[in-house]
Parts: sequence; structure tokens; C-alpha cells
Amino acid sequence: MEHMQIFFQQLINGISLGSIYALIALGYTMVYGIIKLINFAHGDIYMVGAYVGFFAITKLNMSFIPALVASMLFCALLGIVIERMAYKPLRNATRIAALITAIGVSLFLEYGGILIVSPQPRAFPDVFPMSKLTFFDGKVYMTNQQIVIFLVAIILMILLQYIVHRTKIGKAMRAVSYDQDAALLMGINVNTTISATFAIGSALAGAAGVLVGIYYTSISPLMGIIPGLKAFVAAVLGGIGSIPGAAVGGLLMGVIEAMVSGYWSSTLRDAVAFGILILILIIKPTGIFGKNIREKV
Amino acid sequence: MLKINDINVYYGAIHAIKGISLEVKEGEIITLIGANGAGKSTILKTISGLLRSKTGDILFNNKSLHSMAAQDIVRSGICHIPEGRRIFANMSVLENLELGCFLQKDKAAIKKNMEHVFEKFPRLKERISQSAGTLSGGEQQMLAIGRGMMSRPKLMLLDEPSMGLAPLLVKEIFSIIKEINEAGTTILLVEQNANMALSIANYAYVLETGKIVLKGPTAELAESEDLKKAYLGG
Ligand SMILES: Nc1ncnc2c1ncn2[C@@H]1O[C@H](COP(=O)(O)OP(=O)(O)O)[C@@H](O)[C@H]1O
Ligand SMILES: [Mg+2]
Repeated sequence: MEHMQIFFQQLINGISLGSIYALIALGYTMVYGIIKLINFAHGDIYMVGAYVGFFAITKLNMSFIPALVASMLFCALLGIVIERMAYKPLRNATRIAALITAIGVSLFLEYGGILIVSPQPRAFPDVFPMSKLTFFDGKVYMTNQQIVIFLVAIILMILLQYIVHRTKIGKAMRAVSYDQDAALLMGINVNTTISATFAIGSALAGAAGVLVGIYYTSISPLMGIIPGLKAFVAAVLGGIGSIPGAAVGGLLMGVIEAMVSGYWSSTLRDAVAFGILILILIIKPTGIFGKNIREKV
Repeated sequence: MLKINDINVYYGAIHAIKGISLEVKEGEIITLIGANGAGKSTILKTISGLLRSKTGDILFNNKSLHSMAAQDIVRSGICHIPEGRRIFANMSVLENLELGCFLQKDKAAIKKNMEHVFEKFPRLKERISQSAGTLSGGEQQMLAIGRGMMSRPKLMLLDEPSMGLAPLLVKEIFSIIKEINEAGTTILLVEQNANMALSIANYAYVLETGKIVLKGPTAELAESEDLKKAYLGG
């Protein structure tokens, strides 16, 4: 019986954490899909999102939803600016040049963050009353925060699915991802489409930043590094470039991590996360939803 | 309608197009024939803005395309149906057609264009929600042409529409190209299949390693000994 309780409790924890990974992984996968760049600065955009949420709530007295929206908008803009300034000039350069630039942008955001907001971690304010749903006589519970995280993540993923499949910009994004030249011949503005992809991916990371703030209640300028890497692993696990893959990969990653913490030891969870990456790269490099990589001529 | 004045196009150090000039008159079918690697696709890509010429100019209805963005070239009425079809295989037939008129905002006009495409290609209508990647080669070529028709172009650039198709299908595709032209669209047709191309075109240019080596009305060219030897099998 105790096993069941641990299992369900870790499942709930894992899904909450996994929702956050999934939101970050979506941005990784969308940007990779469209310009074939692993945007290593993506985890730091999530950090910026957490801080924007923090200041919106503490300094501007915003409530949760306006703060979430503000953070998403700010990050969307930041994503567009980063793409235009750092990546666009390198669009025809080698992939390694763009990758190194992404690492540079990442360090810039991390240490720029330390300079502006100080390296001291800050306590994220409680925006929701501390209460929980309990099951199994209180031995398994789900906090308010976890419910909010899960709901927000689901709503954003449905919204993303709608944008990608039902709107014109979504169709443009899929067309550019599939074949940039063919998209140009349709009259699609590739630059605008790439900007929109960065905006949407970064907005999702911003939302994840606010959610992690209310979940772990502590934020710092280097907080994006590890979750960024794990979300990257999640995107690879799901099949990089695949949107459903990123969602599933993120959730799986969160659940695996929670299970390792619950049954084994929480110090091992990061090792397991990166162990998964190595395993996927050996067994199925294209990930769960990955298609065989089509090399373009 | 379209005037190419002495363009030179490079891929890095490779000089692919060496001072080519040509003209496409409104209402005609002009064909550009030549062996693999002669530079036919490069010319079409330069017209549609995927590549830029280093020198020379391209005028469409007296407006220079040289510094126009690719989407503005599409907007001005040029549609390029690329070599190898380049349909969006991960999307449905319907989505492919919708992308063909990406710049059109008027829903009624889109619907009308689509009906027009379905009149020409009833087979596409039957497969409207099918994933484009699962179509046969001939159907994919029809989709590529149909997608091009969606923007109601004034000038259609067609790059080897007969590539990889059985002779019967080639005939069908060529008769559709002729119909599209008769309905008012000017056509610049690139082909390796010189016989077929000469049979529907008004005027032809023959390209060899980046240079035009022969040109003239198709009726005259079909008699040319040089052309017969090189491209028409004797
Ligand atoms: N992307 C490219 N990079 C370098 N050279 C290219 C590229 N595309 C074509 N070429 C070269 O330019 C020349 C013309 O090619 P292309 O226009 O594709 O010929 P065609 O369409 O007549 O077969 C060829 O010599 C080809 O090797
Ligand atoms: Mg070619």
C-alpha cells in the first residue's frame, strides 16, 4: 500500500515538474524545427520570465494571471530581439558558429542577470493560498500550485496546438520548418515567421519561469541552466523538431525524475536525466516522435 | 512581360549563369531547354528571388525584381513551381493549396481559386484531406501545379514538370499546361524533355553550361540540325 502512495505522490509531483519542462522543451523544439539551432539561451529566457513575474507581482502588485501574461509578452519580445541581433546575421553561417553564439547569449543573460538583479536568490511570493487536495487519507496530496501549473500548461499547449494548426502564422511556421525555399515561393515572409516562432517559444519559457517561481518559491539568475538542459533532453527524448514530442518528452522527464527521487535518491535524479540523453542518442537518436532526418539538398 | 538583361549568377566561386538575356512575351509559352547542370533552375530561382544575380537585371512589367523580397515577387504575379515539386509532404492536400495563396486574404477569392484548381485536377479534390506525402508522383506534380495556380499568377515558372513521370502522365501534364496558358497565364517552361517542350512552346532558348547557345521560334528550332543532334535524339 505504501508503494502505491509513493507512486501516486511522485506521479503528481512528476507531472507538475514535467509540465514546466514541457513548456520549455516546446520552445527548444520549435526553434530547432525552424532554423535547426539548439538555442542554448532558451533556459535563460525562462529565468528572465521568472524575474519578470516576480517584479510584476511584488513591485507592480499584479495578480497571477496579469503577471503571467506580462512575463510571456516580455519574453516574446526578448526572444525576437535575440534572434534578430544574434542569430539572424548568422543564418547562412555554419551551424557551429550559431551554436557558439547561442552559448554566448546564454552567458550574457546569466551574468547580465547577476549584474542587474544580484546573484542573491529571491523568495517568490505566495500567490495562491496554501491548501491541497488530499487522497488516501491525506497520504497523497496535490497542492494548489501543482493544480495551477498543470492547468496553465495544458491551456498553453492547447493554445499552441491551435496556433500551429489553425492559424496562418502557424501554417507558415510549419511550411518554413519543412522547406524554407518552398515556403518563400508561396510568398511567406520567412523572417517574420522565424520571429514569430521565437516569440511563441520564448513566451512559453516565460510562462514556465513564473510557474516554477510559484512552485519552488525561489528564483536566481542561474536558475535556467539545469532546467534548460533538462528541457533540451526532453525535446530530444520526444524527437527534436516535434511539438507533441516536446510535450510528451517534458512530462516523461518530470515523471522519471520524480520517481528516481521518490524511490531512490534525489541526488541521482540529474545523473539519470542525462543518462537518458545518452541512452536515446544510442538507441533511438530521433526520439519518440522523431522522423528520420531528411537532409535537404 | 519579363525581360532578363545580361545576368550573372554565382554559387560562391562557381559562375553558374554567364551573361544571359531572354524575354518572355505576355500570353506565350517560352521554353528553356538544356542538359542537366546547364543552369536552368538557377535562372528560375533568380527570377523568383531565391538567388540574386551579381550583375544584370530582371524586369517584370518594367519593374526591377532585383531588390524585391521573394514574397513581393510572388505578390507581383510570378509563381515558381520548383524542380522536384517541393510540396509540403507533412501537410494535407488542402493545406498545400491554402499555402499556395498565402498572400490572398479574401476568403471568397480563395474558394474560387480552389474550385478552379479542382476543375483542372479533379483527382486532388478526391484526396483533399489526404497527406500530400502519400500521393503518387503524378498527383504530387498536379498538386504542385495546382498550388501554383492558387495565387492566380500572371507568369508561371515551371521547372521540369515531366521529371520522373510515365509518358502518359507527361502528356496529361503538358496538355494541362497548355490549357493554363490558353486561359491567360504566361509560362516559362524549363525542360530536359525537349521534344515535349518544343511541341507546346512558341519560342525556345537552348542553354549550355550557363550560356544561351541557340534561340528561336519553336517551329524553326525543331528543324535545327544542331538541336536535333544534341537533344532530340538524332
Ligand atoms: N547550391 C549550389 N551550390 C553550388 N553549385 C550549384 C548549386 N546549385 C547548382 N549549382 C551548380 O550550378 C550549375 C547549374 O545548376 P542548375 O541550375 O541546377 O542546372 P539545371 O537546372 O539546368 O540542371 C551546375 O553546375 C550546378 O552544379
Ligand atoms: Mg534543374
